[in-house]
Amino acid sequence: MYPVSYHKPASVDDAVKALSSGEEAMVLAGGQTLIATMKQHLAAPSDLVDIRGIAELSGIKISGDTLSIGAAMTHAEVAASKDVQKHIPALACLAAGIGDPAVRHMGTLGGSVANNDPAADYPAALLALGATVVTNKREIAADDFFTGLFSTDLEDGEIITRVDFDKTEAAGYAKFAQPASLYALVGVFVAKRGGDVRVAITGAGDDGVFRSEALEAALAKDFSEAAAKGAGVSADNLMSDIHGDADYRAHLIRVMAARAVAGAA
Amino acid sequence: MTTGIGARVKRREDKRFITGKGKYTDDVRTENQAYAAFVRSPVAHANVKSIDKSAALEMDGVIDVLDGHQLTGDGIGNIICGWAVTSKDGSPMNMGAWSALATQKVRYVGDAVAVVIAETQQLARLAAEAVDVEYEELPVVAFADKALKDGAPQIHEEAPGNLIYDWEIGDAAKADAGLAEAVHVTEMEITNNRLSPNPMEPRSAVATYDEAEDHYTLYTTSQNPHVARLVLSAFYNVAPEHKLRVIAPDVGGGFGAKIYIYPEEITCLWASMKTNRSVKWTADRSEAFVTDAHGRDHISTAKMGFDADGRITGFKVDTIANLGAYMSLFSSSVPTYLYATLLSGQYDIQNLHANVRAVYTNTVPVDAYRGAGRPEACYLVERMMETAARELGMKPAELRAKNFIREFPHETPVIMTYDSGDFDANLAQAEEAADVNGFPARREEAAKRGKLRGLGYSCYIEACGIAPSAAVGGLGAGVGLWESAEVRVNPVGTIEILTGSHSHGQGHETTFAQIVAERFDQPIENISIVHGDTDKVQFGMGTYGSRSGAVGMSAIVKAMDKVEAKVRKIAAHQLEASEDDIVIEGGEVKVAGTDKALGWHEIGLAAYTAHNLPPDMEPGLKESAFYDPSNFTFPAGTYICEVEVDPDTGTTEIVQFTASDDFGTIINPMIVEGQVHGGIAQGVGQAMLEQVIYDEDGQLITGSYMDYTMPRAADLPNFSVHHASTVCPGNPLGMKGCGEAGAIGSPPAVINAITDAIGNNDLAMPATPQNVWRAYQAASAKQAAE
Amino acid sequence: MTKVSLTVNGKPVARDVAGGTLLSEFLREDLRLTGTHIGCDTSQCGACVVHVNGKAVKACTTLAASLEGADVTTIEGLANGGLHPMQEAFKEHHGLQCGFCTPGMIMSGVDMVTRYKAEGRELTQEAIRHELEGNICRCTGYHNIVKAVEDAASKM
Repeated sequence: MYPVSYHKPASVDDAVKALSSGEEAMVLAGGQTLIATMKQHLAAPSDLVDIRGIAELSGIKISGDTLSIGAAMTHAEVAASKDVQKHIPALACLAAGIGDPAVRHMGTLGGSVANNDPAADYPAALLALGATVVTNKREIAADDFFTGLFSTDLEDGEIITRVDFDKTEAAGYAKFAQPASLYALVGVFVAKRGGDVRVAITGAGDDGVFRSEALEAALAKDFSEAAAKGAGVSADNLMSDIHGDADYRAHLIRVMAARAVAGAA
Repeated sequence: MTTGIGARVKRREDKRFITGKGKYTDDVRTENQAYAAFVRSPVAHANVKSIDKSAALEMDGVIDVLDGHQLTGDGIGNIICGWAVTSKDGSPMNMGAWSALATQKVRYVGDAVAVVIAETQQLARLAAEAVDVEYEELPVVAFADKALKDGAPQIHEEAPGNLIYDWEIGDAAKADAGLAEAVHVTEMEITNNRLSPNPMEPRSAVATYDEAEDHYTLYTTSQNPHVARLVLSAFYNVAPEHKLRVIAPDVGGGFGAKIYIYPEEITCLWASMKTNRSVKWTADRSEAFVTDAHGRDHISTAKMGFDADGRITGFKVDTIANLGAYMSLFSSSVPTYLYATLLSGQYDIQNLHANVRAVYTNTVPVDAYRGAGRPEACYLVERMMETAARELGMKPAELRAKNFIREFPHETPVIMTYDSGDFDANLAQAEEAADVNGFPARREEAAKRGKLRGLGYSCYIEACGIAPSAAVGGLGAGVGLWESAEVRVNPVGTIEILTGSHSHGQGHETTFAQIVAERFDQPIENISIVHGDTDKVQFGMGTYGSRSGAVGMSAIVKAMDKVEAKVRKIAAHQLEASEDDIVIEGGEVKVAGTDKALGWHEIGLAAYTAHNLPPDMEPGLKESAFYDPSNFTFPAGTYICEVEVDPDTGTTEIVQFTASDDFGTIINPMIVEGQVHGGIAQGVGQAMLEQVIYDEDGQLITGSYMDYTMPRAADLPNFSVHHASTVCPGNPLGMKGCGEAGAIGSPPAVINAITDAIGNNDLAMPATPQNVWRAYQAASAKQAAE
Repeated sequence: MTKVSLTVNGKPVARDVAGGTLLSEFLREDLRLTGTHIGCDTSQCGACVVHVNGKAVKACTTLAASLEGADVTTIEGLANGGLHPMQEAFKEHHGLQCGFCTPGMIMSGVDMVTRYKAEGRELTQEAIRHELEGNICRCTGYHNIVKAVEDAASKM
């Protein structure tokens, strides 16, 4: 690892100050990806600003139809939250399947969302649920937030404070794990609100998480496993690597979509 | 006796491991510790134009940056291959030079060109990045078949066309004739996927030079510290043997990868002298993937002919073996004497021929990995048998049983003499335990759940307990493969066993003590096992090739024979009886049929006080022995795998795995079963999960656990492990080896089960979900077309 | 450098650490608690698992500087004299061979049993295998590790 300075601010304002102090300061939200990347010399921040001690970034609340999850909430906390389990069970289920138990004790919602790994689980949930990413500066719709591989709409000095999810009629997530990393080879999140169905795919797209129009149209018409399996999912713009070619991924998208629909609640 | 042969004694070594007190090489920290980091080639094939060390040398805390010119300038020798294989035209193998630090040319991604010695590990690694090496890139060939093509990039001058040897065994004319008279010939192209051994403890070395004594000490992750010392001394000229102590403390798994003496260990020793600092290097996992010798990597075509009764009439195999960019220590023997000699399997095959071409490629060197050649042979034979049975419309077990060898000793056409076995017994035991008769109903039930259920067999045999020295010497081995032991009875009667075997997970501190406890009828707490230190143990060839039981323990038995002979003499003298009437029982040395007895400790005391010993007897009670086996041992058995495939995704679940092994005498069934579990897990890994993948440019794609799939708990079932044993006639305890059998026997059972489930024999390892899904799609399409 | 005060195996520890110092390095090099092992560099093998404030984490992916006030337990401090039931069970069921992954396996085993008991869930063999996703063993084939965790769960 290259030398790095560590900061642990107590407030968002202090965090923003710390972020602007270093030449290439980065937010440390859980570190389960960032630290591994730094160890391999693939990232070399000058400063790490650890946001886990900031009170306003923690907590899970329900107000009306909106579930708000603090950016610093760990995957284990989200998975175990009765509020999440009741409000959007698919989200709790997704959090329970990220990484492994030790990773879930450290990794956070905000960290995963800000990193936007093309095989991460949360981006699919945010996009399918039409979530709102709340930062210290503004609110960003998930549709506008994810802008490609490892890239988001976040600006310098902008810190995610929480993510707001509106209640759905039914939502489900199914992941087919890449056998080595256990990241998603294909992960499909479906969310239904009345006649509106949103389907987001992670792990498969060559430009990161995306919505599948074909599946959305098919499931809007008929929210069933058969409709998902029969949807015309194209292999265009899907990733090919040693674990799966684009056509296999396209096939898995249909299968996982059907499983997500079957498990939707 | 509860601690003797056959007892499930809990491991005596466990306490330190479960409390975090194990002592592995990286746990060693000397005074004056410095750290090494290697500068490695990022390209697969290039001329090294220049090495600019200036930026690194200027960094605070950097002690020195050393390169290959300095290394060779100091007379450090090239890395050797210890087994000379001769081509069928009589020419010696074509071996290229391998320097621990490359001077002119790099030949694979990871080839080391320089080493940085610095005050901390972090600094050493940062400084290694600051060393500026200019490479002139050359064309690359990463695949064995392509390396043999006309016009392929030439990797070593010494090996024209990248061919290391073109070797054969058996009788080609007879095999051809046998195939010609067959009523059915099964033909297959079979690849054996390249693997990375991945012991969980990465390799590590701590080298210390003592200038005052002109003496070196090396702590290292080795399966064979004496072999390391011998090679470092005799071939690499690091230090003479009496000036070099090699210690392999607790070692976190080996699986073959820790047999060899690698560039890093050589370099650390040399660098400790150059810098007059203790130099420590520990690989991280990414570095392990590009430095630990890989395993397997064969491409074969095979033809097996059968007569109308299903008896094998001829078997012919042509194999290309990828040995990587350099010839590692035992690399040449793996695809020849450890592979083709096992192609007769459990079957009476009179007409057999194999041809093997070994080639260089721009990849990590390939050498022995758990099973070493024998898994490749078993996979080939057992896939052929299962496929042939399907083609002939016979039950897989029936076809095999028709061809079983039933009389021993049996000489195969590929130079092995099987000494014992009862293949029918293993097959019957496995079939019963696996409830093969109930399979059709289980398959039907699975189909109702939308799952494809399949059953696959593997009847394996292997040769281990490596090996008779004169025999392997005649085949080109550069070393003898005996083992040594020393038995010391202390004056108080406690016993120390010094063994040349090395335990890196095998539980020697327990099993070796069991045979001593039984022999001398002593409490196991009074027996200790010493290994892994060249200053303590006289010599040893180490642990690999499932040899610690059959060879290592036999050496202990031989030394115990000598101790017992002396004990009898002392007792006879003191008790005024005949030696023939002396018995050791109940912890005492007695005159049979009388109440005359000496306590075991009294014998020890008598030997060391020497007040009343027989005339001309030397004081003391300590004997050593060297045991050289008369033959390999031949573990064999039947494995039956049952799987369920999800046709939607290609995901395979192993729902049942049954093993029936013949390991001869078993000292500790708990430990033997553990060896089988671990071996099967690695075999399942090869069959379904693991593969080292290079791209056309020789870049390693599977360079971490993000892409190289290690078997995890959820990938595996509980194993149903059974024994049906025949005693090995070749060694005093009647033992066969158990360390590699699981990894040898399991891959074909898994693939045979999956191909049974999906109805397509055309499936390569690893059977990843994508590969299985594609093979099932192809089978379904073919069925639809028909 | 960051000054950090924490508790390790019940004992207070205060040190100045560099920002990038991993908990695994801090334990192994600064405190010489070498039972926490490093088997990979991608946070997957789990040989480094320790407990921070009662929860399993990967010490190789945790910064020492971030642990101000934390309570860290390593394999060396799991039992107060004698052996923890999980340690006993690994020995009893031959749940280890080379021993390298064992500290992480035991720490993960204790963590999963604790969580399942707290949540009132049944720790089946299938659940144990799933919970061991972040711990890789190359020797045992997991068969005996699963048995050990199952047995320890009944005794914890």
